[in-house]
Amino acid sequence: MSGILSSSIGRKFAMAISALFLMIFLLQHFAINILSVFSPDTFNEVSHFMGTFWVIQYALQPVLIFGVVFHFVMGFVLEIKNTKARQIKYAVNNGGANSSWMSRNMIWSGLAILAFVVLHFIDFWIPEINIKYIQGDMSGMHNGEFRYFHELVEKFHSPLRVGAYCLAFVFLALHLLHGFESAFQSVGANNKYTKGLKNFSKIYAIGIPAGFIFIALFHHLNQVL
Amino acid sequence: MNLTLKIWRQKNANDKGKMVDYQISDVSPDMSFLEMLDVLNNQLIEKGDSPVAFDHDCREGICGMCSLYINGEAHGPDRRVTTCQLHMRMFKDGDTIHIEPFRAKAFPIIKDLVVDRSAFDRVQHAGGFISVNTSGNTQDANSIPISKHAADKAMDAATCIGCGACVASCKNSSAMLFVSAKVSQYALLPQGQVEATDRVLNMVQQMDDEGFGNCTNTGACEVECPKGISLENIARMNREYLSASFKG
Repeated sequence: MSGILSSSIGRKFAMAISALFLMIFLLQHFAINILSVFSPDTFNEVSHFMGTFWVIQYALQPVLIFGVVFHFVMGFVLEIKNTKARQIKYAVNNGGANSSWMSRNMIWSGLAILAFVVLHFIDFWIPEINIKYIQGDMSGMHNGEFRYFHELVEKFHSPLRVGAYCLAFVFLALHLLHGFESAFQSVGANNKYTKGLKNFSKIYAIGIPAGFIFIALFHHLNQVL
Repeated sequence: MNLTLKIWRQKNANDKGKMVDYQISDVSPDMSFLEMLDVLNNQLIEKGDSPVAFDHDCREGICGMCSLYINGEAHGPDRRVTTCQLHMRMFKDGDTIHIEPFRAKAFPIIKDLVVDRSAFDRVQHAGGFISVNTSGNTQDANSIPISKHAADKAMDAATCIGCGACVASCKNSSAMLFVSAKVSQYALLPQGQVEATDRVLNMVQQMDDEGFGNCTNTGACEVECPKGISLENIARMNREYLSASFKG
């Protein structure tokens, strides 16, 4: 097994595993966020549990951060290696004749998602870490009630931020439209279930980002209308 | 048909190379693409110019020698054909046709449109074979049961002619479709099992050493492959490789 991560297939496998992990995380994130639309109280309680339960904070959160960093870093490493594999470009290349735009531009949709992750960390993760681990306030309370729902709603007041979030989710959808089924191909799963999986991947790739866009717009429009 | 050809001309491996324009007239729609280039070369020779160098051999789609990146696609705009099977009826009178060599770091240009695809040979030498005793006591093939399904899949993989269209079409210059076809044709058959672990590890190692890029599953290779080699083979090679890696 030595050197598996230095081989092309090993790296592809590692990219796929981190991608599958991140897609499961995304589903979980969406499941919690959509609660903010239907039940702010439940959203607050689940957010508090996620933000304070030690298994999530000290075991799963570092794994998640590692998964995110690994996926981005490996993505860049592979892109650089792949660019070097063709030093002189074609004068005319009709990529659209044989492959999807999404599959050929994963690096660009990935970079857009990276920019969004930075914005998202500045918006939510860094203030959260500051309150809990620097100020030492693990109560989750502000003015006598849970602060999570109010923080979420407040962030979606600015139309610029809502626009940036919506745009980022469009790029996420484009990334997932290729990435979801590609991850299964990379781990060697191409069989009689592939056709069904491809259909499911389209539902996931469009449905989840559309759901996040709905949440952002819902909270924004609730404030401005 | 009257056509404008924009052809990559490069004197040798060290030359910088450039696209050169040629006008060609009275092209029959029934000509193959290579016959059209033969006509052009005759004209160039008559004028005292150097003919365009391009690879070809059988001219019936089975040897894998012809290549060419035509209007942005390996073997041109038609499907499931090699360049020698591409006919000029696929183009229109007055068209401009861009003709480039297959481009990849692992396929260095020798001259004009001729590239060195010996990297594929070295990948084959690394494991694309089975060791069989042929000294007169060979087992009767019919005594080894093989399901029709496995035989068909193996045969499909074995139809790869090693032309390199997969590498040329892939945005990453990945050779995984070629290597996976060669791995699969043995992995699917009982005769290939004995050396299966070493085969896939060695062939993938050689593929990486040659400087081919990484597969990102765009599927361009499958679409442009003149023999229709399926992406299923890449998934199979991934399984074979991962399994072999854990076995050691």
